Amino acid sequence: MNLADILDRRFIVCNLNARSSEEAIRVLARKLYEEGFVKESFEEAVLKRESEMPTGLPIGEINAAIPHADIEHVLKPALAVATLASPLPFRIMVEPDNTVDVRIIFLLALNEPHAQIKMLQTIATALQDPLLLQELVKAHSAEDIYRILTQIKIEGDETERAGLKNSEKRKRR
Amino acid sequence: MVGRPKVILVACGTAIATSTVVAKAIEEGLAARGIKVITRQCKAAEVPSLAPGADLVVTTTPVPTNLGVPVIKTLAFLTGVGKEEVLDQIAKILTEGG
Repeated sequence: MNLADILDRRFIVCNLNARSSEEAIRVLARKLYEEGFVKESFEEAVLKRESEMPTGLPIGEINAAIPHADIEHVLKPALAVATLASPLPFRIMVEPDNTVDVRIIFLLALNEPHAQIKMLQTIATALQDPLLLQELVKAHSAEDIYRILTQIKIEGDETERAGLKNSEKRKRR
Repeated sequence: MVGRPKVILVACGTAIATSTVVAKAIEEGLAARGIKVITRQCKAAEVPSLAPGADLVVTTTPVPTNLGVPVIKTLAFLTGVGKEEVLDQIAKILTEGG
């Protein structure tokens, strides 16, 4: 299994120019709506959820956010991805009073709770790999981003091995 | 209570996406340390009512304190930052605290 099952080139934006996190989320949400993957209500639902329960993730040099909404706004599961031309502040999931400058947005459209676990684990694997995040922000096209993300492989207990590999990488630095 | 698997309540904003990843990572990380646990996922808002049935709460969003059980607030299972340390901390709480 890899992200090729769910990732769609139409929902990838490379070097998105947005003035705010809200604008960036709107751009991605509209793409999902225009192609019939989410209801019209999805966009506002994501923004509302982000304001109440933000999704900014401080990782290191390159940080990410994983905005999403309740399942009722989603018609078909999908993933939209944007790299940002310049970092935008997102409030931090675990401490919403603070913000983190985000370079990569993974907008999740999930239609069942606890499902699409492999997609989520693959994204988590990506977040835990600093070199891969570097590659993503350096990508010159949506096709590059697609290629990088679909190369990530996880299967069952490989999640753990990937995690260990990454912590070893960090220790070596 | 030897042999009873410990119960970890895993909380995130809406219990749709984040807690799923966190629960799986905790189960695998603790299994690698020889500790079998049961994870239950919930929304942050459900934590006060469900915490009494758990040995530990792990959350990615702010939850009330004073729940009567230990609470670990962490993004490590999403970002990987400090993951092994948090797993060690959880293992310590479960093996010594129970």
